[in-house]
Amino acid sequence: MGTSELTLKLAGEAGQGVESSGAGFARALHRAGLHVFTWSDYMSRIRGGHNAFAIRVSREHPVAAPSDRVQLLLAFDEASIDEHTAEMDPSGAVLLDEPLARAAERAERSGSGARVWLAPFSRLAEEAGGSKVMANTVALGMAAALMGVGLETIEEVIRENFGSKKGGAVADANVKVARAGFEYAQATWGGQFPWKIGPAARNGRKAILINGNQALGLGALAGGCRFIAAYPMTPASSLYEWLTAHADRHGLVSKQAEDEIAAILMAIGASYAGARAMTSTSGGGFSLMVEALGLAGMAEVPVVIVDAQRPGPSTGMPTRTGQGDLLFAIHASQGEFPRIVLAPGSQEECFEVGARAFNLAEKYQCPVIVLTDGFLANSYKTSPEAAFAPTRVVIDRGETLQSEDGAKLDGPYARYKVTPSGISPRALPGLPWSVHLASSDEHTELGHFEDEDPDNRKEQAAKRMRKLESARAEMRPPERYGPDDAELTLVGWGSSRGAIQEAVDVLAAEGVRANALHFVDVWPFAAAAVEAVQRARYLVVVEGNLTGQFARLIRAETGRKADEVITRDDGRPITPGYILTRLEGLKVHAGREAV
Amino acid sequence: MLDVKLYNSPVRPTWCPGCGDFGILNAVKQALAELEIWPHEVVFVSGIGCGSKLPDYIHANGFTTLHGRALPVAQGIKLANPSLHVIAVTGDGDGYGIGGNHFLHALRRNPDITHIVEDNMVYGLTKGQTSPTSPKGWVSTTTPDGSIERAVNPLALALAGGATFVARGFSGNPKHLAKIIARAIRHKGYALVDVLQPCVIFNRVNTYDWYRERVYLLDDEPGYDPSHFEAAWEKAHEWHDRIPLGVLYETTDQPSYEEQVPALKDGPVATRPLLPLPDHEAEQLLAEFR
Repeated sequence: MGTSELTLKLAGEAGQGVESSGAGFARALHRAGLHVFTWSDYMSRIRGGHNAFAIRVSREHPVAAPSDRVQLLLAFDEASIDEHTAEMDPSGAVLLDEPLARAAERAERSGSGARVWLAPFSRLAEEAGGSKVMANTVALGMAAALMGVGLETIEEVIRENFGSKKGGAVADANVKVARAGFEYAQATWGGQFPWKIGPAARNGRKAILINGNQALGLGALAGGCRFIAAYPMTPASSLYEWLTAHADRHGLVSKQAEDEIAAILMAIGASYAGARAMTSTSGGGFSLMVEALGLAGMAEVPVVIVDAQRPGPSTGMPTRTGQGDLLFAIHASQGEFPRIVLAPGSQEECFEVGARAFNLAEKYQCPVIVLTDGFLANSYKTSPEAAFAPTRVVIDRGETLQSEDGAKLDGPYARYKVTPSGISPRALPGLPWSVHLASSDEHTELGHFEDEDPDNRKEQAAKRMRKLESARAEMRPPERYGPDDAELTLVGWGSSRGAIQEAVDVLAAEGVRANALHFVDVWPFAAAAVEAVQRARYLVVVEGNLTGQFARLIRAETGRKADEVITRDDGRPITPGYILTRLEGLKVHAGREAV
Repeated sequence: MLDVKLYNSPVRPTWCPGCGDFGILNAVKQALAELEIWPHEVVFVSGIGCGSKLPDYIHANGFTTLHGRALPVAQGIKLANPSLHVIAVTGDGDGYGIGGNHFLHALRRNPDITHIVEDNMVYGLTKGQTSPTSPKGWVSTTTPDGSIERAVNPLALALAGGATFVARGFSGNPKHLAKIIARAIRHKGYALVDVLQPCVIFNRVNTYDWYRERVYLLDDEPGYDPSHFEAAWEKAHEWHDRIPLGVLYETTDQPSYEEQVPALKDGPVATRPLLPLPDHEAEQLLAEFR
């Protein structure tokens, strides 16, 4: 007997290694040829509090969204029982450490129907020659046995993760401990767990397991990022850390700034000098950067800003996820100037956007804001390697002048030359035939301060804004998923992509003709997107905020009012089940009410 | 020596007649000419305020940024292209007030930039409010009963923060100032040049005459050694009757920030060609995720 997919969850206190061993196990499952998708839920503290790491595993099909049911729960503390038994599949199992017997009784009474098995996580760890802290390795060994996945890949990942620590003794101990767990589970619960997935043959498909932040970093590196300055902020820090780890080898300057204000300004300085530059932060840090965002807009300096969103306002929910910064990103700063906002919805799109953001920033000489969120930033997904080919990335610097272009000038170099496209050719400082005068003040074509001449102001402001119209033509329309002639259209942007598409699949299986429109390019609103939205018969916008910001944007840009808006703002990711339940609540499940 | 006219901007300064900023502008041009730095080899990065208009008035690369924000922009430029001479120009409010945090961190990093502060001890462009360097008791529209705070001592602050070059100039003596600025530009590391710069409209106390009665040159001080931190610390606290001008402190025992950045070992990142990652690098990056 086998199963085509299951979800397992590791849950425990911060400091118990839930996240790290979860990520390691996910890699082992990925290596075993399975499709993997992970998401995590953790509290804003270093030790204690409740953490969970979920791994959805599939044999045949790629998975790109969280599931709503858990088949196997590895619980390392009592709180895990209270937090997660409601999600349990009745045919699933909960494994919890022996000393938590009281919680086991509670779990059995919870009525989820799932089996509750007391497991000697810490006892076996010690008996097998390790220490209590290796309890999670025992648990993973047990999970591998229950799922029918061999130990080989797990051993491989353990050896990679611990490397030669203490001459390989740590790795050896962990391998031993994992094996003890594996053998115990086989002997004790053998055939009692119905969710045996087993390894899978990848049949030559090359795949990688990568999370959103890593994919963005890889894209940035491939796209020629030469400078990053940032200030640590969850959930953006890991992007900055990943790039920093690769900085020396790839000729990238990484600078931890004294605050977010300095971070973006350093990036603007580096970009003015000619380096492709970025900064990464979350909404609170982006708030601090807004003054400099306007500087980049006025001085027409390209810069890439990654806002890994988390729920606000203010410090909000630091470790949770949300999509509440959309309208802020589009409108932040005083005055009016062009900027581009992109919201990748998958690891593949993170890579693609990571590189494309620099092309757009340099082509239109303006800030480009990349909106991801805590969920996408931290979620690992088995993804086709071909979608991440750094060598395929095309670098387009737009109208960046080279030293030989000096001969074409018939007067002094004018940094802010008025042109039909709004794009003024950019000479980087250091070219012997020009000086580059940039200014946060309103300025003339040459870059000189000019706030008295109303005609100059009108010309320069209009020139800047024409760039937005030029960019609008290049912005990509939403990707459609599902049939062309649907009764129900779900619209989303950014990280909800996987959940929405899976909801469409479920609806199709129930006989509902639904489709989805997924937006990556959210600002300027693509000219080509207008028709796609207006054609929808029953339009439901799905997004991770309280007030339906994208629905408002769609209405403003297309005149089309969403028929319904499904929002989620409790800090958790949008799941297929969440969408489907809300659709039922809205009585548009079959789209029939609409027509 | 280059011709000073090389740096002439087509724009005439909007500074008030008699403004101390004219002396600074002249001194800067003089220093560049002496050092034979061409306009395209230098970038002036300024904040906001009267003095921060300077990039407009000199023919060279320039970037007028935001109030208090010149230093991080300057550091970004220098990190991307260390072959450019980077000169930050800020006022006292700009540099020591709103930009105080950036100042503090620039001090400990030692980026190879020159920081000229036009210190008139008052907010000029916003019309006469109290500045961080205004003395205690200073009466202005925002402190009608006299400022309660003590003034910042920029030189002492710079020394305490780890600056490797600390100097004071006077815009009433542009020849001497030019020499200090030239030396600051030559210095490998963060160089602060605090310039006493009379605001002829809003500061009726610290006038040219007031300064002339008090300033003296450290060069004329027998036995003064700018490599001596303790001596510099003492001179940084001298004010009122005798005000020292010149290089208070210079040390060459600290590498600049940029010299220590591994990514810059192969030259400026800003001018390196942008090419797709070579196959073997791409392969190695992807291997991390398999």
